[in-house]
Amino acid sequence: MAAKPKLYYFRGRGRMESIRWLLAAAGVEFDEVFLEKKEQFEKLEKDGRLLFGQVPLVEMDGMMLTQTRAILSYLAAKYNLYGKDLKERVRIDMYVDGTMDLMMMIMLTPFKPPEEKEENLALIVKKAKARYLPVFEKILKDHGEDFLVGNKFSWADVQLIEAILMMEEINASILSDFPLLKAFKTRISSIPTIKKFLQPGSQRKQPPDQHYVDTVKHVLQL
Amino acid sequence: MAAKPKLHYFNGRGRMESIRWLLAAAGVEFEEKFIDTAEDLDKLKNDGLLMFQQVPMVEIDGMKLVQTRAILNYIASKYNLYGKDMKERALIDMYTEGVADLNEMILQLALCPPGEKDAKIALIKERTTNRYLPVFEKVLKSHGQDYLVGNKLSRADVHMVEVLYYVEELDSSLTANFPLLKALKTRVSSLPTVKKFLQPGGQRKPPIDEKSLEKAKKIFKIK
Repeated sequence: MAAKPKLYYFRGRGRMESIRWLLAAAGVEFDEVFLEKKEQFEKLEKDGRLLFGQVPLVEMDGMMLTQTRAILSYLAAKYNLYGKDLKERVRIDMYVDGTMDLMMMIMLTPFKPPEEKEENLALIVKKAKARYLPVFEKILKDHGEDFLVGNKFSWADVQLIEAILMMEEINASILSDFPLLKAFKTRISSIPTIKKFLQPGSQRKQPPDQHYVDTVKHVLQL
Repeated sequence: MAAKPKLHYFNGRGRMESIRWLLAAAGVEFEEKFIDTAEDLDKLKNDGLLMFQQVPMVEIDGMKLVQTRAILNYIASKYNLYGKDMKERALIDMYTEGVADLNEMILQLALCPPGEKDAKIALIKERTTNRYLPVFEKVLKSHGQDYLVGNKLSRADVHMVEVLYYVEELDSSLTANFPLLKALKTRVSSLPTVKKFLQPGGQRKPPIDEKSLEKAKKIFKIK
């Protein structure tokens, strides 16, 4: 039996969370090594496992995969979540990249000066409502299907539901003007693998707190 | 005959340049429609041509593609510059993302406040010398082949060579200790379609000057 993928990262969301989501959505069990001390990180570097001296790192299929997007693309292709042809794939890529632009804003907020936090969060909500959510609402409206691309569950759906849940943590009523996205959220959440990941005790991580920020800064010596 | 891809961007490098390089390396002729004013950009937005209200946008194969990575992935796949299987693709993606991180630092330099510029340049030089170039030099040394992945030209080589030009523009001595990368740069630059791209009159864009930067800031409403 093939070894389970092994994820090396901090005990928190950061850039690894989308990878956890995609593995979970695909029903793939994975192990995690949590980086808590800088010596652990230095050892990974010294052992030559970090191509550019950075995490996330995912060991799988005999490879040391780094670079978040490289890992996500590999997983999407391997587990048939990347569309049926090139045209579906480019749509998935566009939707995922747009979603990740929004998620990056959320991800970086805890590392910015605390006095900018409210302003940052307000901007995220504004961009979500004006630029990103309307696009996905329209996509669902135009084809009337259950999933974003090709009438089939794909990486694009996983990325979007992760983003929606993150945004609801910032602003609980963010989907109030987007009925199809609300239905989408309910529908995707009830897919068995997703449902399992959303339950307490899963490998889904909590929103970042001060302890998380301090750990990252310590391990990476920022 | 299929219409040529049409690139919508301002007349400068920015995020469109790696797309220009990849099309050139693939031997694909392309047209460009330059955004010269804020009104030009508004028109694209109001006509509903920009999915997330942003450029780059590339009209190709009946689609209006946005998001730089999505566009590059499509071109690389279509023109067989993406490896022969999933494992080669993963390697190409890792290398490409590393190069993109370095390229992003260089791209952001133009928007950097003058007081922070020296520190940013020092960081770019440090990362180039210690984090990025050694990795790729080692890859080439380890297999002794002409190209980074699978003994065949791929997008990884094209993106690498593009960034080597930028690194040398910043400081020509930065590539001095990386002979295999220099050889890769020469090799890729001599491919007929790349050579044409790089010649005067080719579609490669020059480094941004003060005047073009001001113009771009007006178009994108950046202070």
